[in-house]
Amino acid sequence: MSLTKTERTIIVSMWAKISTQADTIGTETLERLFLSYPQTKTYFPHFDLHPGSAQLRAHGSKVVAAVGDAAKSIDNIGAALSKLSELHAYILRVDPVNFKLLSHCLLVTLAARFPADFTAEAHAAWDKFLSVVSSVLTEKYR
Amino acid sequence: MVHFTAEEKAAITSLWGKMNVEEAGGEALGRLLVVYPWTQRFFDNFGNLSSPSAILGNPKVKAHGKKVLTSFGDAIKNMDNLKTTFAKLSELHCDKLHVDPENFRLLGNVLVTVLAILYGKEFTPEVQASWQKMVAGVASALASRYH
Repeated sequence: MSLTKTERTIIVSMWAKISTQADTIGTETLERLFLSYPQTKTYFPHFDLHPGSAQLRAHGSKVVAAVGDAAKSIDNIGAALSKLSELHAYILRVDPVNFKLLSHCLLVTLAARFPADFTAEAHAAWDKFLSVVSSVLTEKYR
Repeated sequence: MVHFTAEEKAAITSLWGKMNVEEAGGEALGRLLVVYPWTQRFFDNFGNLSSPSAILGNPKVKAHGKKVLTSFGDAIKNMDNLKTTFAKLSELHCDKLHVDPENFRLLGNVLVTVLAILYGKEFTPEVQASWQKMVAGVASALASRYH
């Protein structure tokens, strides 16, 4: 699965808008993830997961920054996320099913914050883009 | 069996009360067909599905989306009894329509995304969690009679 030129344009132009709210988007995405899919909290026993927690904010920032890195290197996501891919494969070992859950929560966050931009085409492009990112992050699992 | 708390039921019914079922249903089904094009396999007789605007403007898509979301209304009136409520529809989707239950999960998530677009800030993480439970319950009830 690879992104068309149109899809790349949509992602890159939306990213420009998103990046100004990156931190709060990250925090909101994680809040949505932990509330809708409580089993995902099992990966964070060492975190304070209360809304507003500093750790949640820091981690949300990290996650969205990585999505931004992928958007900025959209022609070579594999290279841009290579280190993160190794981290997930050898250290974090998050079960692959969870990437879909996180992707969905990020989409919902974007849809709620940018309803006018989140057309059906944008929805499709983002779903595909996050799917590519998830594949890159799990490609070294075995 | 899914159990809904009073707060979850309130979050679900209050949003449902404001919803334009025809619009939201058409949008949700249309987006399913755009975002996951392989789902078009069930709708060969729907006419023009050649582009996102063709799909979203297609009258058969809108009508069918309305039908599907109206049926959700039954779920909302019977939240404590989803499996019984959808028993017949489950048999229909298995025996006559031959729909892989994975499609129910896909549509449920597309519906949640449409709700986020429609309600923005009001679609808080807590409200979303209630609706995720709802769509998961409906998907599971629709799959329950598969054999």
